[in-house]
Amino acid sequence: MKSSRKIFVQFVICMIFFSVIGILVNNLTVNLIRTGLGFNFNWLIKPASFALAEYPLPYSPSDSYAWALFIGWLNSLKVIISSLLVSTLLGTIIGFARTGKNSLLSFLSAGYITIIRQTPLLLQLMFWYFVGFLGLKDDMSIHIKDIFKISNQGIELSVFTLTSEFSALLLGLSIFTSAYIAEVIRGGILSVPRGQWEAFRSLGVSERKGLISIIIPQALPAIIPGLTSQYLNLAKNSTLAIAVGYSDIYAINDTIINQTGRAIECFMILLTSFLVLNLLISNSMEIINRIIINARKYN
Amino acid sequence: MNPIVIAKNLTKSYTKGLRALDNVSLTVNQGKVLVVMGPSGSGKSTLIRTFNGLETFDRGELNVLGINIEPNHDERKIQKIRRRVGMVFQQFNLFPHLSILENITLAPVHVQKRSQIEAEDYGMYLLSQMGIDSHAKKYPSQLSGGEQQRVAIARALALKPELLLFDEPTSALDPERINEVLDAMRRLAEQGMTMIVVTHEIGFAKDVSDQVLFMDSGKVIETSTPEIFFSNAQHERSRKFLNQLDKQ
Repeated sequence: MKSSRKIFVQFVICMIFFSVIGILVNNLTVNLIRTGLGFNFNWLIKPASFALAEYPLPYSPSDSYAWALFIGWLNSLKVIISSLLVSTLLGTIIGFARTGKNSLLSFLSAGYITIIRQTPLLLQLMFWYFVGFLGLKDDMSIHIKDIFKISNQGIELSVFTLTSEFSALLLGLSIFTSAYIAEVIRGGILSVPRGQWEAFRSLGVSERKGLISIIIPQALPAIIPGLTSQYLNLAKNSTLAIAVGYSDIYAINDTIINQTGRAIECFMILLTSFLVLNLLISNSMEIINRIIINARKYN
Repeated sequence: MNPIVIAKNLTKSYTKGLRALDNVSLTVNQGKVLVVMGPSGSGKSTLIRTFNGLETFDRGELNVLGINIEPNHDERKIQKIRRRVGMVFQQFNLFPHLSILENITLAPVHVQKRSQIEAEDYGMYLLSQMGIDSHAKKYPSQLSGGEQQRVAIARALALKPELLLFDEPTSALDPERINEVLDAMRRLAEQGMTMIVVTHEIGFAKDVSDQVLFMDSGKVIETSTPEIFFSNAQHERSRKFLNQLDKQ
């Protein structure tokens, strides 16, 4: 009796699932026929004929759509990797300050974490871009001789220049992610039993040495998984680049959809590129996790 | 008589009205063994943790090894004392990611700046004293509770301390593992080590201690020699506590 009811329920669920898929596929075919575009990727080799504000490799409007997309992917990668490094550094410092013995530092970092986590990322990006960089008048630039200069043109270092769009995105993503990373670090430190702190302190070992030799090695296994999911979030959040006009993969896809109407193909490309990117991130973190667990000779 | 610990009217409150330590005064002289007894929550652990600065106190005077400890001291300032005072915990608190020998050599190498070889030689000597030198390359999780606690004692001895603090060293052990730890402690007492031991082990207290201090609700109820305390306790509260222990 029960098993026949089970089979019936499963049958109904399957019917609903396939009906939804069927409706979607039907919609798609009907609309593709209506617009007369068909489904193909031949357009990728046609010239993009739009300009990009920044490109790590040579690019001109006469280059193909495929090349424009690749440049967008590189731009995304550039901002993700640099934000990943900056946010990890910042988050680690704030995480330690939060758990540390200095009550002023702990209070300040708690405030930082609260404010950053309680406001939307989009708002923060807008703030850094429009207030932080574009808000700077020509005569309001901050500079230290010729080595370092912040103005409405972005951040200029003696060796390279970061555009204001890239700088705002880097700053916004790093600060936003650092608040979450700080909490991951704090959770990791708190996962180490109090007795471990007491043991190294009672041996006269300094706080710094104890943290490095005793606490951090035991906190790492608890930190890595949390860190991985923050890195994945960071990669996905980078698509908000479009809000500050940075030409990342999402912004370029958007332009191409407007020009060509190839929404389906573009979204497939977009989804694939993020899938590849995030698999790359989570697999690298998994390798790091393995190394840490294998280095551990105890249970 | 060379006093190692002198405490006068130590007082510490966690919250209003609730006193962890209430005017505790005591003196421990060099080479003596003080056993601290009392029901749980009586302030025994808090008391011995003030002696190496793991706990602060609110009022009173405390002098350990000739150094005055201020009521709300900075942890960093207490390091001089910690280098001369060893501590053994109820839960052993060995570093699980370090080998037995590394557990022991960490402090001598980093705190006393001794060479790795010198620290390892002395570490192996201490382990053989504890009868566990064959485990030197193992990790804490591979050892039994009694063995781990003996490693913890060796770790505390590695800095050649002038005072050893024991915070219920056998409470987390299986009954048949208790004696191997108590025997190691007995040998240390015979060698003239100054020790303050929080324990409920009456046999150990009778045989080894020079003085028994009984605490309840943060107060010292009585301080006696073990002979008097265990046969003819002066205070009603102490007698009640000893009766409870006997029944177990």
